[in-house]
Amino acid sequence: MGVGIEVRDLRAWFGASEALHGISMEVKPNSVTAIIGPSGCGKSTFVRCLNRMHETIPGARVEGTVKIGSIDVYGNGTPAVDVRRRVGMVFQKPNPFPTMSIYDNVAAGLKLNGIRNRRDLDEIVERSLRMAALWDEVKDALRKQSGASLSGGQQQRLCIARALAVQPEVLLMDEPASALDPISTAKIEDLIYQLKERFTVVIVTHNMQQAARVAEWTGFFLLGDLIEFDKTQKIFTLPSDKRTEDYITGRFG
Amino acid sequence: MTRTRFHEGLDQLKDRLLRMAGMAEQSITRAIAAYRDRDRSQCKLVFESEAVINANERDIDELALDLLAMQQPMAIDLRFILAVIKINADLERVGDQAVNIAERVQQLLTVPNVDLPVDIPLMAATSGAMIRQALEAFVLGDAQLAERVLTMDDIVDDMNRDIARAMIALMKKSPEYTEQAMDAIIIARNLERVGDHATNIAEDVIFWVRGADVRHHFGGTNSR
Repeated sequence: MGVGIEVRDLRAWFGASEALHGISMEVKPNSVTAIIGPSGCGKSTFVRCLNRMHETIPGARVEGTVKIGSIDVYGNGTPAVDVRRRVGMVFQKPNPFPTMSIYDNVAAGLKLNGIRNRRDLDEIVERSLRMAALWDEVKDALRKQSGASLSGGQQQRLCIARALAVQPEVLLMDEPASALDPISTAKIEDLIYQLKERFTVVIVTHNMQQAARVAEWTGFFLLGDLIEFDKTQKIFTLPSDKRTEDYITGRFG
Repeated sequence: MTRTRFHEGLDQLKDRLLRMAGMAEQSITRAIAAYRDRDRSQCKLVFESEAVINANERDIDELALDLLAMQQPMAIDLRFILAVIKINADLERVGDQAVNIAERVQQLLTVPNVDLPVDIPLMAATSGAMIRQALEAFVLGDAQLAERVLTMDDIVDDMNRDIARAMIALMKKSPEYTEQAMDAIIIARNLERVGDHATNIAEDVIFWVRGADVRHHFGGTNSR
């Protein structure tokens, strides 16, 4: 099941440059939240702070509180690896392990977590590929074909299956469909809508129509601040802040 | 400013709607002049404009539909286009009311002229003012001005009731004037409908500007 996310006064730096200026936001369990905003507004940095990916960049640091369910992400003694198992991530460019088969791509994370039993692995791989709406397309070539041999849209769903296999509670998606054709995009969007039954999804997108289609909640970021966070329907029909309105109506950005 | 083509499209839509509004308003003015002056030539002008108004309605809807489909408008722009589509339909109906009045006037011209104790031109001026104010609110994006139009609707409704009452009394007293009295009732009814269309337009302006739907519950005094 998905869990809630609670962010309090989150600040993030790249060296001396502050990229996020104190973000507070509450994400409900089993919801889809879109993060929108112009390039450089901090939206990718924000999601990368949710699973401690930001700190992997040399010179980068974070202040503030992030809670994923009951886990204090930046609390003393919380291992980053544990956070990243609970918070899966899918990136803009599909990045399957190129030399591994489709099966091994999905099973990789499980094996790292010590699951070796063949029957368990088979079951989780099938379930993950089904959840990612890829099973029917690859079930006859699981071990024969490499992940890299799939189409872009299939590769992205493979990456989603890989992220789902370790049974995370939260799924972060950073522009998951921006490199895909419209049909693959539609499949990913349908998938996101279904995934919220089991996970809490946060998706960064440049495509406002996509945010409107998939997300129940939308946050608008500008220059490292969260300007407005509300129901998506409200943001796209009657935003409260003039800056949000100017951005979504194309008057700047 | 980005999305220049889209915003030019919105400006074009606004211009077209204002031209449409001018035509609908002129039709009502002509229909009332025809009534006041017993002037058949004004009726003819009203009938001629109807086809032009109808063609304009179609063009504006098409333009609005194109913008919706091609530009995926959001927020205030989305509400603006929805408001234009609805105002457009109301203006076309205002044109229809002018035609109804002109048809009635033609009928009246076949019976003797009677000086009726009703002031149709005054009622026409009031409902015409509602239309003009609603459109001014649209041009200025002024929701407060639009709210004032909503309060005026009660006045026009009262005038309509007064005229109906006076004409029924006249028919009882002088049945030979029944035809003229019936025509006055029907024309007043048409003008009352013009006031309703002005109210709809004002409500659409409020929706566009504020994002608030005020239909059917404004102020509690509105009898619609």
